[in-house]
Amino acid sequence: MGSLIEKYLVSASTYAADIDGVITLIALIVGFWGILAEVVLLGLIIAFREKKGVKAQYITGEEKHQKAWIAYPHYLVLVFDVMIIVAAVQVWYSVKQDLPAADSTVRIIGQQWAWSFVHPGPDGKLDTDDDIATVDELHVTVNKLYHFKLEARDVMHSFSVPVFRLKQDAIPGRVITGWFEATKTGTYDIQCTEMCGIGHGLMPARIIIETPAEHAAWMAKHDKSLAAVTQ
Amino acid sequence: MQRPIATTRSATGIPTGRLAVWWVIASEIVIFGGLLASYLMHRLGHPEFGNYAAYTNTYIGAFNTFVLLTSSLSAVLAHNAAEAKDGVKAAKYLLGTCFGGLVFACVKAYEWNYEISQGFTLTTNAFWSFYYTAAGLHACHVIGGCIIMLILYPDVKKGKELQRVELIGNYWHFVDIVWIFLFPLLYIAK
Amino acid sequence: MAEPAQESESHGAEDHGHGHDDHHQESWFIHYCWSTDHKMIAMQYMFTGMAMAIIGGFMAYVFRMQLAFPGIEVPGFGQVSPTEYNSLVTNHGAIMIFWVAMPVLIAAFGNYLIPLMLGCDDMVFPRLNRLSYQIFLISAIVLLGSFFVEGGAFGGAWTAYPPLSSKAEYNMTPLGAPLWVIAVGLEFVAFLLGGINFVTTAMNSRAPGMKMFDIPIVIWMIVIASILFMASVGPLIAGAIMLVFDQTAGTGFFDPDKGGDPVLWQHLFWFFGHPEVYVVLLPAVGIVAEIITVFSRKKLFGYKTVIFTALATGLLSFFVWAHHQFISGIDPRMANVFTVTTVLISVPIAEMMFVYIATLYGGSIRLTTPMLWALSFIFAFIIGGVTGIFLGASGSDIYFHDTYFVLAHFHYTFYPIAILSVFAGVTYWYPKMFGTMLNETLGKIHFWLTFIPYNCIFIPLFMLGLGGQHRRIWSYENFPELARPEYYALREFATISLVIMLLAQFIFIFNFFWSLKSGKKAGANPWKACTLEWTTDQTPPGHGNWKELPTCYRGPYEFSVPGREKDYWPQNEPEPEPEPSAS
Repeated sequence: MGSLIEKYLVSASTYAADIDGVITLIALIVGFWGILAEVVLLGLIIAFREKKGVKAQYITGEEKHQKAWIAYPHYLVLVFDVMIIVAAVQVWYSVKQDLPAADSTVRIIGQQWAWSFVHPGPDGKLDTDDDIATVDELHVTVNKLYHFKLEARDVMHSFSVPVFRLKQDAIPGRVITGWFEATKTGTYDIQCTEMCGIGHGLMPARIIIETPAEHAAWMAKHDKSLAAVTQ
Repeated sequence: MQRPIATTRSATGIPTGRLAVWWVIASEIVIFGGLLASYLMHRLGHPEFGNYAAYTNTYIGAFNTFVLLTSSLSAVLAHNAAEAKDGVKAAKYLLGTCFGGLVFACVKAYEWNYEISQGFTLTTNAFWSFYYTAAGLHACHVIGGCIIMLILYPDVKKGKELQRVELIGNYWHFVDIVWIFLFPLLYIAK
Repeated sequence: MAEPAQESESHGAEDHGHGHDDHHQESWFIHYCWSTDHKMIAMQYMFTGMAMAIIGGFMAYVFRMQLAFPGIEVPGFGQVSPTEYNSLVTNHGAIMIFWVAMPVLIAAFGNYLIPLMLGCDDMVFPRLNRLSYQIFLISAIVLLGSFFVEGGAFGGAWTAYPPLSSKAEYNMTPLGAPLWVIAVGLEFVAFLLGGINFVTTAMNSRAPGMKMFDIPIVIWMIVIASILFMASVGPLIAGAIMLVFDQTAGTGFFDPDKGGDPVLWQHLFWFFGHPEVYVVLLPAVGIVAEIITVFSRKKLFGYKTVIFTALATGLLSFFVWAHHQFISGIDPRMANVFTVTTVLISVPIAEMMFVYIATLYGGSIRLTTPMLWALSFIFAFIIGGVTGIFLGASGSDIYFHDTYFVLAHFHYTFYPIAILSVFAGVTYWYPKMFGTMLNETLGKIHFWLTFIPYNCIFIPLFMLGLGGQHRRIWSYENFPELARPEYYALREFATISLVIMLLAQFIFIFNFFWSLKSGKKAGANPWKACTLEWTTDQTPPGHGNWKELPTCYRGPYEFSVPGREKDYWPQNEPEPEPEPSAS
């Protein structure tokens, strides 16, 4: 079943389907009850239009059998709330609280108004001489679990990859760790989703998801002298 | 301006003025509460705050606590006098409270002057920022209270609007209690 | 009680002096700008709020044009630079909440209705009331003035997250940013003073015989809202002081380099910011309660239920603030707690909506202009409410946070609050405020030309949000996923709808002033309502409201009581002596 979001945007991470699933679940629940409420509202308006000689009824709504009218729907709301909470918390746990072991780690730095990315070089480790630093271009390998270390140099930024359904604020003075695993190759948008000043709208970056071979080729092309320039 | 009939009604049984002052105090509590909660969060996250607090002068702080408590006592006595419809006496005690506030402000000025001369200013670090902001906001309330008491003084002396003595007294006790929180948080906890 | 009698006598004398020819006695300035009369202050708040709404609406027009047609010379403004775009979206939000919704819903309706509905002559502190408006006016002038200082107005979003808001080197508005915070702070002070006045008046100054549960819902709501405001705004006032010090004195409360914490501001802001939603929501649902009972000639279904749900909502709203910060770097475990509280807040709010829908059952519904606005409020607010679930649930908020889905969601809550319910209230009380009836035909045309385009603006924005369009972006040209032509079609559709909706407001302005002069005379109680404001001696009420203040005998919604000939039973009508109506 195609999810609601996938009609608009492909999903390209392991947890995208889970997040889409919660969204679809909520859409079904609140869509049904919301539309029902609207239909009842409109139905009552039409059914009880003013008629000549017909007086309105006198209902206080304070008696027990009358209160049931709203008590039962309201218990229903509670039941569905619990369903939504359980589903949401499960997904939240797996995306944000849980931190599976990483195959590789990248550093992501937000600053006014660009994203810089530090990739581990051929040795697969961050903070060594062969690190590859880029601006506005993040290269990752498909089906590989990445940790990211998110930093901000000046103000708050927010690292968002819509196709991953991932979003995380970057806070100056802190390093925030998170994870993602891409499932599709291709080039997609990276957004900054926290207002970060005049150039906030001019801070686009791209994530390039490659096969291992492509990634190795990119790494080979990216010799150290070039890295020094971008750094 | 004529006082509206609305003001003289009392559906709750609490006089309108007293009710309003309680609401003023309630909203002030949240303002100071927000500031102190922010301070506490920082304090818990930064054990080094204790080292900075060591430079504050506990004796001066304790003296000021004593001054404020005494002025509160004077406010209580003013209230008692007002209850007994003795405007002249109430006005005298109000002046006493006001004097306490003045002493407090002067001591504070001396203390800050010394600390600033030692190089501890508003911008030195987060502890001193909180120190000056919280104590400064409190000092503004002390000075504001004194001004209100001076405004009330002539009427009270003539025996008019005596209920206001209680209202300013309630406010003054609140200002006092805020200091009772500030003193240990800023001075004693080292 | 000797004093009041004496006072009411002198008041009576004053009342004669006022009335029709008070214009001759008071100078223009005293009458319109220095009055302590609650009705005049209400009008001042209302007209200031509406003027600000026009400014805020114009801002929306400018940045929507830029979004639909990037780089266009916007008629009436010119090209929009990123700097201007940011300050426009920032101040559109701030103006619509702090300078439109708050003054009109709480201050204007509160000032106008509390004394009239409770049957007293004025607020308990009339001069405090005047001071509150004056501070509010200054705050509005400071805010608008910040557009003309060097560097321009603040553009760091209405949430003003530091370090962007606290350091001029980052926001590049060295004067605009502090002025913005000061304007918001002054506005808070104005509403604290006003709120104390409202709560005290409502608690103490009810008409004789009016019990707690005889108070009209709208007054309950304004009072609960004022208390919520007082209880939540304090930390943000403290935060605003800290932020201004950071901006101007160089302290480091929110600066990590100096041992501060930028996330602290978010907590202070949203601890206020979320209750604030209910601060403006509650008066709006109160207005709607008054209107749907009158125009369906029905007693409110479960009067106490509405009050208890409002109290429950207010209380819960203090425990949900961090749902604005799920992805902001707070401890992820906290998100679970706040998901539970946030989603649970749907229970009381849904119950309130059920009450309103149930009230219609068995009614005799008249679709007058105020009723249309009130019903449209319920219709739109249900959409706003259910879409909120997506954002309150942490799992789905990871995707939706800071997208147009959020934006569309809160425009389905704030728009019904600040626009639909305000139009409902203004069209409903207009006859009492000005003594003439608004033109119904024009009113209905205005309603449909506002309500339909309104939905046409925000439904496309929901779709863009589903597509991942993020907020506060000057141009989507640089984002290939968002620069697709079908998305531009949606943006253009929304913008054109907005222009139509804004143009339709001229119908209202015309109707407002035309009816003032040429409208049908209203009479004291044109809608045949039960509450006390419709029982004044004069319409519009003179100074002091009543020659003899009314006594209350029953609840506010005694419509269509069985066995009575008239289908409404005003609160001030004494019980008929011999007939046993209690059986």
